[in-house]
Amino acid sequence: MKIIVCIKQVPNTTEIKIDPVTNTLKRDGVPSIINPDDKTAIEAALRLKETNGATVTVISMGPPQAEKALREALAMGADEAFLITDRAFGGSDTLATSTIIAGAIEKLGADLVLCGRQAIDGDTAQVGPQIAEHLGIPQITYAADLSCEGNCIRVKRQFEDRYQILEADMPCLVTVLATMEKPRYMNVWDIVAQDEKEIGKITFADLTLDPARIGLNGSPTKVKSTATKQFDKTIETLELDPAEAAKTIVAALQKRHLL
Amino acid sequence: MNRIWVFCEQRDNVLQPVALELMGAARSLAAQSEGTVGALLLGSGVSPLAQELIACGADTVYVVDDEKLAHYTTEAYAQAICQMVREENPASLLFGATSIGRDLAPRISARLRTGLTADCTKLEIDEQGSLFMTRPAFGGNLFATIICPNSRPQMSTVRPGVMPKPVRDDSRQGEIVPVTVAWQTEKLCVRVVEETKESQSVENIEEAKLLVSCGRGVKNTEPAFELAKKMKGTVSSSRALVDAGIMEQPRQVGQTGKTVRPQAYLAFGISGAIQHLAGMEESEYIVAINTDKNAPIFKIANLGIVADAAAVMKELNKLLEEA
Repeated sequence: MKIIVCIKQVPNTTEIKIDPVTNTLKRDGVPSIINPDDKTAIEAALRLKETNGATVTVISMGPPQAEKALREALAMGADEAFLITDRAFGGSDTLATSTIIAGAIEKLGADLVLCGRQAIDGDTAQVGPQIAEHLGIPQITYAADLSCEGNCIRVKRQFEDRYQILEADMPCLVTVLATMEKPRYMNVWDIVAQDEKEIGKITFADLTLDPARIGLNGSPTKVKSTATKQFDKTIETLELDPAEAAKTIVAALQKRHLL
Repeated sequence: MNRIWVFCEQRDNVLQPVALELMGAARSLAAQSEGTVGALLLGSGVSPLAQELIACGADTVYVVDDEKLAHYTTEAYAQAICQMVREENPASLLFGATSIGRDLAPRISARLRTGLTADCTKLEIDEQGSLFMTRPAFGGNLFATIICPNSRPQMSTVRPGVMPKPVRDDSRQGEIVPVTVAWQTEKLCVRVVEETKESQSVENIEEAKLLVSCGRGVKNTEPAFELAKKMKGTVSSSRALVDAGIMEQPRQVGQTGKTVRPQAYLAFGISGAIQHLAGMEESEYIVAINTDKNAPIFKIANLGIVADAAAVMKELNKLLEEA
């Protein structure tokens, strides 16, 4: 079985702060990490390799720095890694991004494609299903559990209020939840071994892509504007002892018929 | 013709709250752009729900009532919706940003090769019917307004709980159009082996009229449950207490939790990280109790009190006991 895991390098958004003066994102010094859901997808692939036998290929689309994320995946135990990178890919929205990644997967060939459910910087959860559509294969998203028997993938698919047990024959694509497995740490042997490995590069020239469907010009959605949060409520903040505070709160709620 | 369509999600043949919220949103967008509102109702045995959608704002309800749609599967729902879109060419197509909408909408957008904006919290429209879709990014630190200038339909998933529900008007008139799908059965290849409803382990904070919400400043949550009971409300939580294992995840408010808009939101010991504010700032009346007078929560509170949250909670319990 050939498994391709799609990962994204993301800034650790929990550490992003807003510069109060310029009102812009302060990204300097914010560490880059493998997106958490994607790291679980790597773990799920490595477990399938252990239980069923598989080769695990990790791919990432991004700037040259994203190689660091791929090196980490190799150090966790992935067999090979490819960076999909080209200036022509810049400015792609989810549809254009999924078109490019699907092109790379088609070139590499896969029985099972694993993605994280969504990335913590964009939070769209769109690229996985869009890749599946471009490849013409079924998708199963929100996987809380995953196993494989013969050519059949079995998934516990999580909803807000229920779950489904779904089965699909390969090839198929599954997006996994970070809660599915705890990703393993990099191990010493693989850290040493990955040093020897080349990270393959996949560029525009390597793929058969319609230039009108990639990059900024191939993206149907455009960012019109961005803004940081503005607050305009002005209120009085009272310093009260606890008993007074309780009375004030009850009075305010009663006045509004909320108690 | 500026058709604004809403995928009206149902589960067990009950319309989901977000479906009605979107009917309200679509109605208002249509009013600003000389548009009409179409509701897509898919499932098995769902036809009786069509009238409710008309009462909530639909001009036309397209009903696909088919056994193949009894359980949600991506491909069957995608085939049905793509067929309708290709026949009627709507200008906009909205979904709830639920685990169904966020599975289905990207599949459809790729099939139709059109733009999709995820998890929007605000929708605006110009007179020509072009949507301005605003969504949080970077963990709620940034808001981006997205447009889809050259392809139709413009697609968006919209976060549940953000748009107000419409006022139901049973005298509204509308058209009900039954649709038959020409299935490509060979592509319906994901098998549903089992579907199990999970009993809600905790009360649904999205439905609560009043929330007693606890943050890091509340070490012991028992008094919060006592207070919520006395106030006929529900207990919710910031992420800090969920991460610490003190509160259950379904109670979490914020960017990675739920969006709530209760009539009253009492924030006890919550500093108000931007990710938390994103999930509760639309609450009608916000009371904040925190020891740090510079806490960001005070910027959006209607009543801010600088005091120890646990101590105030204790006093409230005492006061309501006597009453």
